[in-house]
Amino acid sequence: MWSPRRDRGHGMTRYILTRILAFIPVLLAVITITFFLVRVAPGGPFDSERAVTETTKKMLEEAYNLDAPLYVQYWDYLSGVVQGDLGPSFRKPSRTVREWIELRIPVSLELGAYAIVVALFLGLGAGILAATKPNSLRDYAPMSLAMVGICVPNFVLGPLLVLVFSLWLGWLPVSGWQDPVDKILPSLTLGAMYSAYIARLTRGGMLEVLSQDFIRTARAKGLSEGAIVVKHALRGGVQPVVAYLGPAAAGMLTGSFVVETIFQIPGLGREFVESAFNRDYTMIIGTVLVYASLVMVLNLVADIVHAWLDPRVRRRA
Amino acid sequence: MNRLLVFALALAGCVALAAGCGGGATDDGKKVLRVGNRSEVQDLDPHLCTGVAEQRALASIFQGLADLDLATMKPIPGAAASWTISEDGLVYTFALQPNGKWSNGDPVVAGDFLYAYKRMLTPALGSEYAYMLHCLKNAKAYNEGTLTDFGQVGVKVVDDATLELTLEAPTPYFLSMQIHYSWFPVPQKAIEAFGEMTTRGSEWTRPGNHVGNGPFKLKDWRPDEVLAVERNPNYWNAGSVKLDEVQFYPISNEQTEERMFRNGELDLTYTVPMFKIESYRKEHPELLQIHPYLGSYFYRFNLTRKPFDDVRVRQAFSLALNREEIAANVCKAGEQPAHFFTPPNTAGYTSQHQVETNIEKAKALLAEAGYPNGQGLPPVEILYNSSETDKIFAETVQNMWQGSLGATITLRNQDYKIYLDSMTGLNYDIARSMWIGDVVDPVNFLECFLTGGGNNRTGFASPEFDAAIRAAYAEPDVAKREAHLQSAEKILLENAVIAPVFFYTQKFLQDPKVKNVVPNLLGQYAWQDIDIVEPAA
Amino acid sequence: MSEAIALQEYEKGTSLWADAWHRLQKNRLAVISAAGILCIVCFAVIGPWFTAYDYDQQDTALGASAPSAAHWLGTDPLGRDLLTRVMYGGRVSLLVGLCATTVSLLIGVLYGAISGFIGGRVDHFLMRVVDVLYALPFTIFVIILMVFFGRNFILLFFAIGAVEWLTMARIVRSQVLSLREKEFVEATTVLGLPHHHVILRHIIPNALGPIIVYATLTIPQVMLLEAFLSFLGLGVQPPMSSWGILIKEGVETMEEYPWLLLFPSITLTGTLFALNFLGDGLRDALDPRVSKD
Repeated sequence: MWSPRRDRGHGMTRYILTRILAFIPVLLAVITITFFLVRVAPGGPFDSERAVTETTKKMLEEAYNLDAPLYVQYWDYLSGVVQGDLGPSFRKPSRTVREWIELRIPVSLELGAYAIVVALFLGLGAGILAATKPNSLRDYAPMSLAMVGICVPNFVLGPLLVLVFSLWLGWLPVSGWQDPVDKILPSLTLGAMYSAYIARLTRGGMLEVLSQDFIRTARAKGLSEGAIVVKHALRGGVQPVVAYLGPAAAGMLTGSFVVETIFQIPGLGREFVESAFNRDYTMIIGTVLVYASLVMVLNLVADIVHAWLDPRVRRRA
Repeated sequence: MNRLLVFALALAGCVALAAGCGGGATDDGKKVLRVGNRSEVQDLDPHLCTGVAEQRALASIFQGLADLDLATMKPIPGAAASWTISEDGLVYTFALQPNGKWSNGDPVVAGDFLYAYKRMLTPALGSEYAYMLHCLKNAKAYNEGTLTDFGQVGVKVVDDATLELTLEAPTPYFLSMQIHYSWFPVPQKAIEAFGEMTTRGSEWTRPGNHVGNGPFKLKDWRPDEVLAVERNPNYWNAGSVKLDEVQFYPISNEQTEERMFRNGELDLTYTVPMFKIESYRKEHPELLQIHPYLGSYFYRFNLTRKPFDDVRVRQAFSLALNREEIAANVCKAGEQPAHFFTPPNTAGYTSQHQVETNIEKAKALLAEAGYPNGQGLPPVEILYNSSETDKIFAETVQNMWQGSLGATITLRNQDYKIYLDSMTGLNYDIARSMWIGDVVDPVNFLECFLTGGGNNRTGFASPEFDAAIRAAYAEPDVAKREAHLQSAEKILLENAVIAPVFFYTQKFLQDPKVKNVVPNLLGQYAWQDIDIVEPAA
Repeated sequence: MSEAIALQEYEKGTSLWADAWHRLQKNRLAVISAAGILCIVCFAVIGPWFTAYDYDQQDTALGASAPSAAHWLGTDPLGRDLLTRVMYGGRVSLLVGLCATTVSLLIGVLYGAISGFIGGRVDHFLMRVVDVLYALPFTIFVIILMVFFGRNFILLFFAIGAVEWLTMARIVRSQVLSLREKEFVEATTVLGLPHHHVILRHIIPNALGPIIVYATLTIPQVMLLEAFLSFLGLGVQPPMSSWGILIKEGVETMEEYPWLLLFPSITLTGTLFALNFLGDGLRDALDPRVSKD
């Protein structure tokens, strides 16, 4: 079943290199599509309730090179990106898009990392508990909880947690991102929904594996249930989770608009939504670029983990 | 299961522990005011801002020539100690504060104001609020690039301490405009240390680089977290400033803001969620502040489309609005039902012409227009932007029009920018709208409906209306000017270009320890006067 | 040996669904859940005929009121009967939940299966397309859809399906990558069976477990996404409502009028529980390995 180690290592390196090379066309496609997509949407960055005079609008467009033909703008933007320049922000001129992103990413990564830990810990734990004794209380209790977790969206869970832990019990602050105590509720809120998904997927995947022949063989050999789960079942059972986790982790790491607005966190998630509403063209592409990069890296990581968990796939790669 | 339980207990333990040792803000006797400020400021460069949150923050770190006594709304000395106005109301001569200084210690001189106005009006900067300065002589031409010599604009430096401004036409609200950030002076040295005069978004506005002339100076600016300003020892009237620090929290979520206030994390909020008003009124009336605000909520009709090209149909729709019911049962925050457009008592002006609520008359008008009981009336769509409150109003109004006129009304919500686009392109039937006054003067409201104006958005074009507004522009006599405005508003309302709904209120939560907050029509705050008095323990 | 199994599977292919149906009927929880779902569908479709109110009938003087004899689930701030609104909202949410999930299921499963089965460069290319689609700004996409095609209920399914199938495709692909190395699939290659036959008959049925689990997870997600899209103007227009919209509105007033959050949430959660148990039952029933027991 296991392929020779040397061969595997070689194939893997090549595989990863190919994938990394693929980043370039993917990012180019993302930039190009987004660039033209945002221009198609009606309304510009300078429209507001108080109408801006035509001349002012013209001056602004001149100031930001928005009056040039679109293909020229596109080319200018691309050559900027290559040099690491993501352009100015139209709606928040105090910083460039790059500065805004650099300011926000650490916060979002931190929150996302906590959320991933929460999601994995709760999700895998509940999923394994349930799968090892299906159709018992040990299955129904955590799975029902997961179900509720899926049905209670984070815009409900966040305020509920705040209500209980901050306003009623007075244990935690309502908002902010300074002290360690500030970070508990947002991490829980963001991780909870993902953990519910992971729990369901883990349970499903584990049950699939546990019914397979090689597990029966292992059982017949007299291996303890714990050893079976850890050594054999988990390997195959978490494959759907791994596939899910790539984009999910990207989602958590780039921040969540809902969680960030509920808890007043200066992360990147808000920028995604607000820049789209503001038609802050450069900011939209900038944030999308970050997200695309994360999605690709994490999907690559997920695929590598997947290959590592499943030797058959590795052999093909 | 056990493991989960252990984890939960451990987590709870951590939480309790953390709550025990963290969170306690050290009280070293400093007076720090924490204010909810709705949105992150676009910049701290007064020339590059367009919003209300910006106005609040900038008013703490800059000061215009004149300030406003918020209780009386009368101009009081600001960066200028005194001024004289010429007989024809066109020339203002300001004597600057003798010890007026920038936060870096440099003196504030007349040239700083000239520099600011020049920068604001220079086309290359592309300042969106430059039109606020168009009342200066030749400013508009310079701003639009048809005039290139700034020497012809009505700004003259007499000497370092004296500034002379010449206006295009008499402008009674000229002095009260000075509290708006578009009129604030800007520090030439600081700006040009980080770029040229017309560089947008340079680093001069960062903490450490920023220079202002207000009662406070920039201390810290962590975007989307907090903007902190501290007492400016170089302010000309530093002795009168009571607070040590003001912290502006850009909280976009009203619910979050209210929860922060309830948890003692804020002293003054920006607003109160609609549904929380009742419970505060019942349980904590001492925290709830509701005051009139210079804003008007109304529905626009598209005059270029059937059936609203017929004035009778527009009048019928306006007559069928039960404004009292909307204000009392839906708004619930003491909003006044609006029977005219300009908010009552705007600089002493209240429209004499009123639109009434009269269903019978509405039905008659509709029948006269050829739609008895709404028969034959094409389906009408109400356009509004994606917002929960506007949705509720739209639903209420829809119900009213359907019930009383027999019209078929559908709702359409659009993303804010598309909504603006639809309004500007006259691609709607009825659209929810609002106008918040920049200055306390009726003309600021009425001029929206000038023919072809950017804020018109209805297709309304009336030479009589335009003539009345232009006559008011040129009229130095207060009484005559008001008469022109009265006739303009009458034309607007008789033509039923809009259906006024209610006048806004300013609603916020205020900790009782915060003193000297003077509610006013503009929602302005005089940060230098506000104080915190901790209740005696 | 492997050929034998493959042949056996091939022969009894037609009876797979009949078998599954038989097994499903024996699963009590699944049957109860199916009945529950039927009840909820009736509640949403037929229910409104039996209430005394219309979904947009206002009573602003009454405003928000707690559950009472006249309004079993209370009223919202405009005085509209919540029970009626939950019923009407169910129509929208169930329709969106089922249709959009089906759309995402069809695209995702086929795409993932094809990508995983063919493998190599095609797989590489198809998955990079998924990466690109993940990254595109959804809000802008929705706004543009709305501008060019107007408000259209069908668009809603399209918009939701367009984002929801991506993860489904990744999950299915990961399953297929493992499956196709298995003996019985390799056997089909040896036998020279056409690809579409192998994918539809052998690969997908064997990957059904995670597919069904993820599909049941997609339903509530889709219902809540609908609330966001409706907020943007795509989807249902007020005063019509959906469970997602009701929950979203309910949060704002959860301290003042908790019933406005509670009842829509309970309905949504209950529906999901039933769907989930039915999904589990289906998964068990469709499991090709079970027949070997």
